[in-house]
Amino acid sequence: MRRIQMTVDGKPHVADVEPRLLLIHHLRENLGIGGAHSGCDTSSCGACTVLLDGESVKSCTLLTVQADGHEVTTVQGIAENGDYHPMQTAFHEQHGLQCGFCTPGMIMASISLLKENPDPTEDEIREGLEGNMCRCTGYENIVKSVQQAAGQIQGTPAKV
Amino acid sequence: MTQAPERYMGGGLPRKEDPNLLVGKANWTDNIKMLGMLHASMLRSPIAHGKVSNIDVSAAMEQPGVVAVYTGADLADLFPGGVICGAQVDEAQKNPAYPPIVIDEVNHLGDVVAVVVASDRYTAKDALEFIEVDYEELPVVTNMEAALADGAPLVHEDLGTNECFTWAAAAGNVEEVFGEEGSDSGSADVVVKERYIQQRLIPNAIEPRATVAMQEPGHSGFVVYTSTQVPHLAKIVLSLSTGIPENEIRVVAPDVGGGFGSKLNVYREEIISLVLAKKMGVPIKWVEERSENYLATIHGRGQLQDIELAATNDGKILGLRVKLLDDLGAYLQLLTPVIAVSGAGMFPGVYTFGAFSIEVKGVFTNMTPTDAYRGAGRPEAAYAIERAVDALARELDMDPAEVRRKNFYEPFDEPTDTPAGLQYDSMNMQAALDRVIEIADYKGLRAEQKKRRDEGDPVQLGIGFSTYTEICGLGPSQALAGLGLGGAGWEAASVRMLLTGKVEVATGTSPHGQGHETSWSQITADALGVTPDDVVVLHGDTAISPMGRDTYGSRSLAVGGVAVHLAAQKVVEKAKKIAAHMLEAAEGDLEFEGGKFSVAGSPDQNVAIGDVAATAFMGVGLPEGMEPGLNENMVFDPPNFTFPFGAHICVTEVDTETGFTKIRDYFA
Repeated sequence: MRRIQMTVDGKPHVADVEPRLLLIHHLRENLGIGGAHSGCDTSSCGACTVLLDGESVKSCTLLTVQADGHEVTTVQGIAENGDYHPMQTAFHEQHGLQCGFCTPGMIMASISLLKENPDPTEDEIREGLEGNMCRCTGYENIVKSVQQAAGQIQGTPAKV
Repeated sequence: MTQAPERYMGGGLPRKEDPNLLVGKANWTDNIKMLGMLHASMLRSPIAHGKVSNIDVSAAMEQPGVVAVYTGADLADLFPGGVICGAQVDEAQKNPAYPPIVIDEVNHLGDVVAVVVASDRYTAKDALEFIEVDYEELPVVTNMEAALADGAPLVHEDLGTNECFTWAAAAGNVEEVFGEEGSDSGSADVVVKERYIQQRLIPNAIEPRATVAMQEPGHSGFVVYTSTQVPHLAKIVLSLSTGIPENEIRVVAPDVGGGFGSKLNVYREEIISLVLAKKMGVPIKWVEERSENYLATIHGRGQLQDIELAATNDGKILGLRVKLLDDLGAYLQLLTPVIAVSGAGMFPGVYTFGAFSIEVKGVFTNMTPTDAYRGAGRPEAAYAIERAVDALARELDMDPAEVRRKNFYEPFDEPTDTPAGLQYDSMNMQAALDRVIEIADYKGLRAEQKKRRDEGDPVQLGIGFSTYTEICGLGPSQALAGLGLGGAGWEAASVRMLLTGKVEVATGTSPHGQGHETSWSQITADALGVTPDDVVVLHGDTAISPMGRDTYGSRSLAVGGVAVHLAAQKVVEKAKKIAAHMLEAAEGDLEFEGGKFSVAGSPDQNVAIGDVAATAFMGVGLPEGMEPGLNENMVFDPPNFTFPFGAHICVTEVDTETGFTKIRDYFA
């Protein structure tokens, strides 16, 4: 067992974990964060995407011990005072989800994308989200959601 | 406050499903944790075919955290019905034994050989490594034609053949048009012969399958939470498989992360989880890994299609002869044999002609079983007829749009018989084709294509058509019985108007991304004159909607949505009687609009449906002899399937030097 310290969705915690424990399983099984999803176990689908110190990572291929001393943000930690994060609002308004299983990963990857590139073109959005798969929507409305959050769609809220 | 729209149906509405999904508060099966819950992990065959001569689980049993390890022999008494196939396409269909855990033979990669139950999923998976299995490998057959050849290795020795069934249907004078089999002596000017391969594929729902089974707390029966499209079907099938009475099993589909047909099934892991919960007396969780999803969740498609299309020299289709080999895989899952058969009727597509025959041969191979995937037999048919019509156009040097137009039905809106014995409900292909040709600028595309050809441009242009119809809205019970499915194509709904005027709708459909909560709210709001926010839709639980046939086959809105509408109409009918009594008016004089009953000609004399609901609930002031409550059920059995149709054009650039293709435009 290894002792780790990390902040998850703003809350610091300490835990003793097996060195092989994947971050996704620590978040889900030990911390009860059901909004981090495991889809493919191989960092292919992106359903498990969370932010590590603000940058998107795939928590199914990161060991929990690798997140020791870092700050982890999941989809459960981005709404403020009960209000959606603008990216959540955008996915809702642009119908960027159907079954919703890819959605937390998609939202976290999109937040990370706009942080790196606040004004992406459509191609840059598609390329930026290449590591996140959706089987329902065909991606069109996901792209629109990111465009809305980036302030590229008229009459929609400000940028993320 | 904004004015309520005249109608919610057809209007855009932010989805009611979204809030939980957006903030990570959905209830996926893998999110369910129970006190004392143990985790199951399956040992899967590393070979495609072989005898299991010995299994030694003793070392696995000794691993810390392992509670039990079972083989097929250990649990055989608990699942006497095995994994169930619900389709019998003809009497001669051969049904191989399909034990949830194999007894002495593995028949495909991923076949389940043993199960470990342990404190957590890591421990369970670790212990699999300590199970020793001796296999005697047997010859493997994965190619359908090879599987049907004399002397082929047999997937199931006891069946004596790899042919599961041969199903055939014919109409019109096929022999006259085509001539005798293998000859060119028919009356048609031209016969194009094509072979198409529908490759196997993996449905890949983004949420892996998962099951939590347990004795229902506080009850004697069992509850099975499972990532499925079909909780109602699962309840019946789990009962048939395990012998646990149907009324002692409750199945819940919590939030389900996509299905695409792959969760229109009842799998061995669900059966195993249930019997483990029964045997061990604790909740059992099993969660699929993605690699297991590839090996052990059904595959889709898997057809070899031999197509012959006969026509006159001017492009009038005279007949279609189809022979299919359908790769069933090693076992029959819930609907495996009926997939190709249910698509058989769609091969004639949107074209009218006289002679049609089809033969479907189901073939066992040492592969993962196939079953329903996105359209399940129907897109396979559309693919074949559309390509064959293109081949005919090439053969006759005609424009593929014109060949199509020449063979369309005249527009109709009364049920019309097809060569395959179906009745299409309505169709106007001419209008659909005209429209797509207009929006795509088809003439311009052909001109550009010609220019590129003439100039030898390395990047050439491909223009593809699909003019199609699809059989949807499964389905009339009688028609499903005819397909060998027994029947039960109806769907049920309950609409309850509560004391406070709020509405509960319980539906037998089971959504997994389709948005039924939103759509059923729109239907109900329009019928009752309330808002969608006044409506809560309950689904995915056999205890909440005891009658249900679930979600697949493009059926939920066309069958389940209609059931909701009709149940709501029943509520209005009853409410009208009560309102008439309350207003001391004749029922025939009442009008119902915007949620209010009013007396025709005296709009001031009115009562809101919410007040009627309160009166109905209290049971005071009702017409003599009327049952209290506004609570109506409807079971809707549709009179026919539905047949939506359309016309699509795909524009593709092909780099003839590199082979790179790019879809440039798509019109529909």
